[in-house]
Amino acid sequence: MTHHTLSVIVEDKPGVLARVSAMCSNRGFNIHSLAVGPTHMAGRSHITMVVDAPEVEQLKKQLHKLVNVIKVQELDTGRALETEVMMVRVSCEPAQRGELGGTADLFGARMVDLTSNTIAFEISGTPGHLGDFLDQVRPYGIVDLVKSGRIAMKQRSEKPLTLTPTASRT
Amino acid sequence: MRNNHFTGSHSLLRSLEHEGVEVVFGVPGGAILPAYDPLLDSPIRHVLARHEQGAGHMAEGYAMATGRVGVVFATSGPGATNLITPLQNAKMDSTPLVAITGQVGTSAIGSDAFQEAHTTGLAMHCTKHSYLVTSADEIPDIIHEAFHLASTGRPGPVLVDFPKDVLNAVTEWRTPTLSGLPGYKPTREGHPRQVKAAVEMIEASSRPVLYVGGGVIRAGATPELVALAEAANVPVVTTLMGRGAFPDSHRLALGMPGMHGVYAATTAMQKADLLIAIGVRFDDRVTGDVASFAPGAKVIHVDVDPAEIGKVRRADIPIVGDARSVLAAMVERVTERRVEGPAPERADWFAQLRDWQETHPLSYTQDPDGPIKAQYFIERLHAITGGDAVVTSGVGQHQMWASHFWQFEKPLSWINSGGLGTMGFAVPAAVGAKIARPDEVVFAIDGDGCFQMTAQELITATTENIPIKVAVLNNGAYGMVQQWQKLFYDGRISASDLGTTVPDYPKLAEAMGCVGLRVTHPDEVDIAIEKALSIEDRSVVIEVVIDPEEMVFPMVPAGGSNDHIAMGPEDL
Repeated sequence: MTHHTLSVIVEDKPGVLARVSAMCSNRGFNIHSLAVGPTHMAGRSHITMVVDAPEVEQLKKQLHKLVNVIKVQELDTGRALETEVMMVRVSCEPAQRGELGGTADLFGARMVDLTSNTIAFEISGTPGHLGDFLDQVRPYGIVDLVKSGRIAMKQRSEKPLTLTPTASRT
Repeated sequence: MRNNHFTGSHSLLRSLEHEGVEVVFGVPGGAILPAYDPLLDSPIRHVLARHEQGAGHMAEGYAMATGRVGVVFATSGPGATNLITPLQNAKMDSTPLVAITGQVGTSAIGSDAFQEAHTTGLAMHCTKHSYLVTSADEIPDIIHEAFHLASTGRPGPVLVDFPKDVLNAVTEWRTPTLSGLPGYKPTREGHPRQVKAAVEMIEASSRPVLYVGGGVIRAGATPELVALAEAANVPVVTTLMGRGAFPDSHRLALGMPGMHGVYAATTAMQKADLLIAIGVRFDDRVTGDVASFAPGAKVIHVDVDPAEIGKVRRADIPIVGDARSVLAAMVERVTERRVEGPAPERADWFAQLRDWQETHPLSYTQDPDGPIKAQYFIERLHAITGGDAVVTSGVGQHQMWASHFWQFEKPLSWINSGGLGTMGFAVPAAVGAKIARPDEVVFAIDGDGCFQMTAQELITATTENIPIKVAVLNNGAYGMVQQWQKLFYDGRISASDLGTTVPDYPKLAEAMGCVGLRVTHPDEVDIAIEKALSIEDRSVVIEVVIDPEEMVFPMVPAGGSNDHIAMGPEDL
């Protein structure tokens, strides 16, 4: 099933999220991931929805029909800026800590809790990055896992930004 | 400066007056009590219904007879839950409605207080929008927004829930604004390029059909529709909700298409090369099996709600806009084309349509000795009234017969429950319609099953002096259910018999302050209708004992293809 990522600007009012999710369930749209938070604009919230919807055009129109929805944009999955936060607790005997810590460093995952036989990491990044990290730690045994849901925004430039070397650094 | 005697309730009534409300339908109760007190001092009339569902359908009948917003009052908890059916009914049929509900006090919300229900949560699924008022100072803006939302774009029901303490809070009234709707901008005008393309497509088509629904009636677009059909020489089918949008007597009128549609109307759509769909939603009762529906037709789809376009059937030319303004723009362009030359004659198409009309007419046989056929009664009612009446109906066989055998010539003259199929709609809707149009005859054509669901609203009609006429077409059954059992369940009649003797309808009518009549023989029909029409100071109920064996045909079984229309049971 194709996933679609929608960026939705809504009024920051009680019940708006309930209206969005009620509409999705009434009309049979399956939400894969949903993340809501404030924006830089007063009175506006941003919802990132990842949906399994072959009828994404219909979903966009139905979202627009909700009075509190201000703007609906479908993001090009390949080009949008996307990130997700994950916390994962992994079984880890003291002897394994060095090896696992090295793997975490490679992925930029941060240790947030340590017990005698587990480590909890926090990691953020694209869904692919998180998936790759999980593949590496799965053999240790996953004890607990929580994801924030994906957040996404439109890329401003047509081409991905590349860092240009500075002249002073020769 | 705040006047300690001016509360949220006063602000509510003042806001309703500001919106031009002349009547509200409702039932009081604990949480909404504060709003009922200033009602005594308001010029707004309150019609006391006997059940909130009845009050809601009255408000719908009022709205459907006028195009104005209907208003209903109910209390919290059961009052609000009893309104769910009218709200969903209004949503399905795009009827402008504002529901004002009482709610338990703000501090009690969520505590399972007496008569508490999560009304805005329930309403989320069956309204266009809903509000929970949290401060009395918000009332003017919220009520103004509610009326604006209910009546613009695609009309629909809006609910405003008032906690009791908000109604009692001291506040002041100020002229409302619409600043609070940043995400609501309905499109009115159709895109000129799309309109131009649509007209080119119509001109080039050889077998076009105008497929017209309730959106044309809500937009008040009948003159523009007639002008387009005539200027472009295109036949017209009118859906159940669109009956009256185009005059049935017109040479281009084909009648109602669909599951129980006229053969020529349904078949015209199947064989068309172009459907010009205006204010319709390709409902399953029209299309039958979607995959085999109108297989050779391109589609121009005009609707004020963008979500309807492409929802069921892909549109070759989508036009988002108000039916009236889009039709007017189309007429303007077609008129320009007429300067260049006459409309396409389409002689073969019209000859084909005439042939279908002549070989497959609507038909029934009335034995002069009885029993009375429902169709005969409706035809006589139409003849004797000269069609000069507002007709309401419930849902089922009588609804289909009324839609077919009444000849509709004007919009706003047919008030029924189309999308939701709400039994019991006819009587309360007739009460609401009569309030809206007191100088006209309002006739509810009802079935016995439907009548028993909301008949107590005749008490409202009597006590409020709103004289309506009701014909109870009594076949002693949930007739449509029984028709399906006879046709599709080997004739096994399960729980659809109501019996013809209980209740005694004339006695029941008399008990509610109406005149009760009963006809059992065809010879009595005209006399009873004339008597009913002569009584103006009270409501009249005519029990018409009809043939219980009569079924509604034509028929396309649910989910079947519109290519296979049964003209009688032998075709199934």
